[in-house]
Amino acid sequence: MQSEYVLELSNIRKAYGENVVLNGVSLAVKPGEIHALLGENGAGKSTLMNILFGMTMIHETGGYEGTVKISGEEVSFTSPNDALSAGIGMVHQEFMLIPGFTITENIKLGREDTLPTVLSHLFGKSLERLDHAKMDSDARKSLDAIGMGIEEHTRIMGLPVGYMQFVEIAREIDKLGIKLLVFDEPTAVLTESEASQLLDVMKSIADKGIAIIFISHRLSEIMTAAHGMTVLRDGELVATKPVVETSVTEIAELMVGRSIDNLGIAQEETFAGKPVALSIRDLHVDMPGEAVRGVTFDVHEGEIFGIGGMAGQGKVGVANGISGLFPADGSVEVFGERLDLLKLGDALDKGLAFVSEDRRGVGLLLEESIAHNIMFRVMATRQDFLSSFGFAKLLDAGKMNKHAQDMVELLDIRCHGYRQKVGTLSGGNQQKVCLAAALTMKPRLLIVSEPTRGIDIGAKELILNYLTKLRKEEGLTVIMISSELAELRSLCDRVAIVSDGKIVSILSPNASDAEYGLAMSAIAPADPDNEKGGVQ
Amino acid sequence: MTQDVFYNKVREIFFENKVVIMFAVICLFAFYHSGMTTTMFFNELFTRFGRNTFMVLSLLIPVVAGLGLNFGIVLGAMAAQIAMFLIVLWGGSGLLGIFWVALLATPIAIVFGYLVGRMFNSMKGSEMIGGMVTALFADGFYQFLFLFVFGGVIPIAATRLMIPTGVGVLNAINIGDSPNYMRQVIDNVSMLEILNVSFIAAIAFTAGMLIYKLAKKQPITLRGEGGFSKILLFLVPLTLAYIASFVIMPFLFFLYQDRLNGLVGVRLGAVTLALYNIYQIVQSKFVLKQETTPVRYYIYLGVAALLYAITLNTIIYSGLEHVGVPVFTYLLIAGLCFFIKWFMNTRLGQNMRTAGQNRAVATAAGINVDRTRVIAMIMSTLLASYGQIIMLQNFGVMSTYGSHTQVGLYAIAALLVGGATVSRASVKHAIMGVLLFHSLFILAPFASANLMGSALIGEYFRFFAANGVIAIALVMHAWQRTTKRKAVTA
Repeated sequence: MQSEYVLELSNIRKAYGENVVLNGVSLAVKPGEIHALLGENGAGKSTLMNILFGMTMIHETGGYEGTVKISGEEVSFTSPNDALSAGIGMVHQEFMLIPGFTITENIKLGREDTLPTVLSHLFGKSLERLDHAKMDSDARKSLDAIGMGIEEHTRIMGLPVGYMQFVEIAREIDKLGIKLLVFDEPTAVLTESEASQLLDVMKSIADKGIAIIFISHRLSEIMTAAHGMTVLRDGELVATKPVVETSVTEIAELMVGRSIDNLGIAQEETFAGKPVALSIRDLHVDMPGEAVRGVTFDVHEGEIFGIGGMAGQGKVGVANGISGLFPADGSVEVFGERLDLLKLGDALDKGLAFVSEDRRGVGLLLEESIAHNIMFRVMATRQDFLSSFGFAKLLDAGKMNKHAQDMVELLDIRCHGYRQKVGTLSGGNQQKVCLAAALTMKPRLLIVSEPTRGIDIGAKELILNYLTKLRKEEGLTVIMISSELAELRSLCDRVAIVSDGKIVSILSPNASDAEYGLAMSAIAPADPDNEKGGVQ
Repeated sequence: MTQDVFYNKVREIFFENKVVIMFAVICLFAFYHSGMTTTMFFNELFTRFGRNTFMVLSLLIPVVAGLGLNFGIVLGAMAAQIAMFLIVLWGGSGLLGIFWVALLATPIAIVFGYLVGRMFNSMKGSEMIGGMVTALFADGFYQFLFLFVFGGVIPIAATRLMIPTGVGVLNAINIGDSPNYMRQVIDNVSMLEILNVSFIAAIAFTAGMLIYKLAKKQPITLRGEGGFSKILLFLVPLTLAYIASFVIMPFLFFLYQDRLNGLVGVRLGAVTLALYNIYQIVQSKFVLKQETTPVRYYIYLGVAALLYAITLNTIIYSGLEHVGVPVFTYLLIAGLCFFIKWFMNTRLGQNMRTAGQNRAVATAAGINVDRTRVIAMIMSTLLASYGQIIMLQNFGVMSTYGSHTQVGLYAIAALLVGGATVSRASVKHAIMGVLLFHSLFILAPFASANLMGSALIGEYFRFFAANGVIAIALVMHAWQRTTKRKAVTA
């Protein structure tokens, strides 16, 4: 039975245990169509693609409900190889390339053309020798098809990132019988000119009758390249419509628009007149996957300043750069004192505490007790909780225990006692320990990065409430970095949206959904050219 | 500017090869102080090269497949010794005896390789330490087998192989005398025999191909894929040599030898290398008409000229003059080198390279990484068992409980000295490494005896050299890696 659609996903539902991540999602793509798949982080895009590709983790967690049809035939892939042989290809966000190999070898990876040899007659096909001439000419054809003039014998190592992306694409279109290609954030690592070249390549591939699913958060790209689009939000299908019938603003609203009511929006306060607590000028941070490329902002005393944006755009890099965990460059002043960014611990000395998003890796010693985790930093930097005994410094057990008990009660850390190992606590309680450790430093400025990631709703509320309370009662200045816009808007006085390592705009929590959505797509609100989109 | 570029290039080459250069300098220093004559030194070196190189080459495939330096080759050596013992027990002798040993060692080595491969798959990233411990563990089983099972469980009538109590195998098994004469039978195959056998094999192969093509009704062509031009390239010179061996008497007498004079051997090697590279240059310039001829052909041409030139030096000349190179053993080694090169160009070889570079990418490309790794281990273990057979026949005696214990350590030390790393190794590294490591091994005792005034210290020094080189080579590679990383971040 031949169908009008290359791919039809209908009523897909997927749950990890109690947690429903996809519910009733449908998606249909015609041959030659570029179909955009949109949604915030965690909206369910990746899960949907994992289902399509039959990734093992889907089956290990109980499979999915709903049907997947390829060219009208119902299929259920159990491994990515099944999907590949059915003509579905993926251009990965992280490159699946081998740097030590040539472009040809990478394009033909696992699908080398071979010629029979004497030994292959005896021992089977795996001893056939490689047909370099054919491999080279095939690679050349694929490279020419996407307008890439580079020599096919060049090694991947040392090529610009953009070229690597094109090699990935050349590999996909070199596969015989490819029907559907998934591009997962293909432009995230590309420069502007490379990105526009990529869009042209995508269009020319689509013209050959290959369907494309295009995942991107850059709405302007969607407007120029895509024909149809599907928007997901919190695992639910929000809209499916042709791109010509919509606008950037509408898409942004569809993506972001959520019931903010249950968290509320912060009362806007102005801190503009207050003294500056933190002043950042042209900060660059070399953090892999979260690079910051020139960020400038001021935070005033007593303010809660939010930093939001998509994953991988650099919001986390800001905090890691300031705290000295990753190499950084630029000027950072804390209460008028200049930070030495290359000196690890200088931030701590100047009264700045950092709660890392990587709490198990950076924030905590999992094999140590709660008390130790709360206090080891203070001991190291302030010599607090220590008593002198001749030349030796000993732990002041009494003082430590009291403080630990106070903190456990104050933050409601659910445990058997402060001697419990942190590794055995739940994520939310671990986060509270991190917070307690940061507060024990008696900071004047607190940076919390992804404070609510991976923790349950109750703990989330408690942590957020506590941050507000601290600000009110102790006048603590807080910088909060979070992927959850709603959370930032419920708490912060101002929210900076970061994209591509730069601040797109600093918004008030009351700004509209559309404004936030546009900022997330790297479109500054003051830029009228981008207000109207559509395929020109 | 260009001078700077040149300077940087030289510096880079120097830095890349620093391990090799350092050990070469140490060898020269040791040679200077050892007071050894070149005759003695070359004799030892050529013997050791023939004895050990096959084993070192068996390490290459796992390195390419990303399994690191395989201490598991000790199991291959054990397989060879089990087979050797059984064949000796059953009265095998001569070249045919060695053939039976190899045949029997094959299934044992394959099973061992498979088991080790399966185990390494469940401990990816720690294969080196895993291999070391496995070798120690397997040695326990080996001792159990030889000390108790043989004679204790399986009754063995041949008392000449057993400890007087009848339980347990003798410490040393002589394979140098009747009824088990296998000493140097591989080394002693004469050139005439090699020529005769390869001539017959070539004829048989050509005939087989013709019959195959006729049976399949394929056209018989000279050029192109499956054409006969390549076969004739071998067949014609072989036939000529075969005829010449009947007609030209001095040639026949030359072929009657089983050892090739070292001087002739090195010069022949130099000429062959030169001719091959001239052929490549001509091919590239006039037949393929490539724009740029790869520089490496010219470099190899230079190396060949240099090699020939140094044989003219009187000290080297007199040293090489009295060296006898075991022809067949060297041909086996050369054959293995070519096989490895060829194998890396097959689908399976390419899969191994991919899996060695990045397992995740290989899996995404549809390569069964675990299976590929197991195959690599099987091949390595099998080749190591053949390497051990070559070594045993050269010694002419098998130390039942000792012959296998150090092979892993020495082979790995040799490979590292040749400039290989845990993740990168080639035939070139293996050959360079065997030459340098064994030079050091030969020279160190004499040099230190002369320098320290005690022969005993020389023996200690030999031990230190074997273990120390691994540490030094690894540290130097680590240093290289950190320097590179700095260069990237800067």
